[in-house]
Amino acid sequence: MTILEATPARLDPAGDGRSRSGRRGGRLGERLLHAYTWLILLWLVLPIIVMIVFGFNDRVGKRNNTWNGFTLRWWGELFAIPDLTTALVNSLTIALLSTAVATVLGTLMGLALGRHGFRGRGGVELLMFANIAAPEVVLGASLLSLFITMGVPRGYLTILIAHIMFNISYVAVVVRARLAGFDSSVEEAARDLGAGPFTTFRLVTLPLILPGVASGALLAFAMSIDEYVITTFNAGSTLTFPLWVFGATRVGVPPQVNVMATIIFVVGVLLALGNALLLRRRRI
Amino acid sequence: MTATGDTVTGDADIRDAATGVPAAIELVGVAKDYQSRGRAVPAVSRVDLEIRSGEFFSLLGPSGCGKSTTLRMIAGFEEPTRGRILLQGRDVTAVPPNRRDVNLVFQSYALFPHLDVAGNVAFGLRRRGVKGRELRERVGSMLDLVELSELADRRPRELSGGQQQRVALARALVNRPAALLLDEPLGALDLKLRQTMQIQLKAIQREVGITFVYVTHDQGEALTMSDRIAVMNGGRVEQLASPRDIYERPRTRFVAGFIGTSNLLRRTVRAVDAAGPDGRPTVVLDAGVEERLSAPLHPQTGPLRAGDQVELTVRPEKIEMSATRPDGPGCALRGRIVEVVYLGTYTTYTVATHGGNEITVFWQNSTGASNIAERGDEIWLSWLPEHSYVLPESVDLPEADDQPEAIALPAAVALPEAVALPASVDPAEAVDPAAGTSTDPVAYRVSH
Repeated sequence: MTILEATPARLDPAGDGRSRSGRRGGRLGERLLHAYTWLILLWLVLPIIVMIVFGFNDRVGKRNNTWNGFTLRWWGELFAIPDLTTALVNSLTIALLSTAVATVLGTLMGLALGRHGFRGRGGVELLMFANIAAPEVVLGASLLSLFITMGVPRGYLTILIAHIMFNISYVAVVVRARLAGFDSSVEEAARDLGAGPFTTFRLVTLPLILPGVASGALLAFAMSIDEYVITTFNAGSTLTFPLWVFGATRVGVPPQVNVMATIIFVVGVLLALGNALLLRRRRI
Repeated sequence: MTATGDTVTGDADIRDAATGVPAAIELVGVAKDYQSRGRAVPAVSRVDLEIRSGEFFSLLGPSGCGKSTTLRMIAGFEEPTRGRILLQGRDVTAVPPNRRDVNLVFQSYALFPHLDVAGNVAFGLRRRGVKGRELRERVGSMLDLVELSELADRRPRELSGGQQQRVALARALVNRPAALLLDEPLGALDLKLRQTMQIQLKAIQREVGITFVYVTHDQGEALTMSDRIAVMNGGRVEQLASPRDIYERPRTRFVAGFIGTSNLLRRTVRAVDAAGPDGRPTVVLDAGVEERLSAPLHPQTGPLRAGDQVELTVRPEKIEMSATRPDGPGCALRGRIVEVVYLGTYTTYTVATHGGNEITVFWQNSTGASNIAERGDEIWLSWLPEHSYVLPESVDLPEADDQPEAIALPAAVALPEAVALPASVDPAEAVDPAAGTSTDPVAYRVSH
């Protein structure tokens, strides 16, 4: 009896002390976690910060890798290098066109894979993932040999075809994932309320999968604008932004490249933010 | 236009034919097979139904009985493998769902998550080209009806289950369809809300006067709201009748077991009495000394002879308990109480009879009712013969039995049914209960 009564009394202060020391340990762990998190974030953004900063560098000589003072000169002379401007225009138009085509085709493919059971579905799915998983060097080389065999001259069109090819899979995968929780009874409800198959798609299916389609399109655009390996195989004499920049590294990258890359980065971040806001608004 | 308790369904059908009003929905020999691993698996096998204009009709049965498939065939989402579906006399078997004048309330509600409440309700009207003031007025008055006007600009996600359910109802009703199809619409709601909604649904149906076809596995729900119920099992309609008939006179063992609690006693026929104590044909079953088991013989039961095995059903609330044998020609059995469970409004007694059956009795705890007996007491159970119902031993009813006309026809016309009897039964010996109205006592006096 006495032991039973004494135990809680003896345990109480001990337990209190332990919980206090536990809290102290928690604070230390929390600090470590904070430090670790900031280090990782820094690792991720440091290259980008350096890139942006050197867009404002008043450089001396050909190399743009030592800080020499702040200037807005490169922003004013953004299009002073005609070849670089052409390459940027090529990259932007190819990215926009390939994204548009791949979004339509990839969405249809994602819908087919996510909604319908059909013969050969497993094969199509395998092909889709193989396209994503295959090394770009393999895709680029095999595509080049195909173009040579068929006698297609390499240039803008072959780059576009190549970009559409790898973008379809990315869009399809994202749209298909979006369909995972899709309740097809809302489509039946639309049919029941008098909407034909096309109206049902336009008014119900498409609005519901739109966030997925938008994510897929953003991903496709991002994949296309900086694609190097496949493009270099199939570009012929046409230059895209990444190809031009890579070529310039041997003689020194002009600060205009930093400025253009900064603009592309900021636009990309804004688009991603917009998509996140769209998703959040829909969820409510 | 709805059938009252005792009217045999066929009468009303004839009346409908006379007034020339086509049935709201008619299913003629409808069957649906699903393909599974190259084999046809029947989900619905040969259903004939006639749903009258303006009635509250329920398809009741356990999961997998084919009730939802039947409803989806009416809506147009499933194509019948065989048979035809008629809406107001027009064959719509091959018409897609968006061009059928029926609307479905989905079990999951299937509200459009990207549209607000008003947008959901307006969807069907917009497809029909209704716009402007008429659109606003019709949506507004429908939201008033389901008491959701305050929430017109909310998204479905922001609503409770009961509110979503009402949006689904409004979205379908606003189109004024020829019939409203409801697929277990209250299944996702809690009990209290479900009971409130049952009453509301019935009230709304009375107010708008639209034919409701209601699919449910909840017998209480079906009994509460329906004008008529089709009890389905294994892809077939086992019984089609008013709630009272379904409950009081179940025609198959399945119906007796599925609706409410039934006591089933398997006994041998001792005698068939053409004119029982009340002058109606009665069947007397084997029972112990001083005991008596009898039941009126109904046309649906089919012919019976002494020595046949039958099952007798009696509802637990129809049984009286007493310490001594009650007088009179009623059913009486002796037994020992093996279990007493107090349930508030009533107490259930489980009684083991000397014939080896267990019988459940519901004893109402009304004013003045005292604890009548204890566990282990010897007791007499009694009930009126008309409260027991004899089911033929074989549950498989003849094909024609699903068609209500066969029952209502006068005896002389019912001959084809008699022809359909099993070959082993000699028609001269068999008691044909359908001939009961011809008052031919000879037909009932058979081998004792």
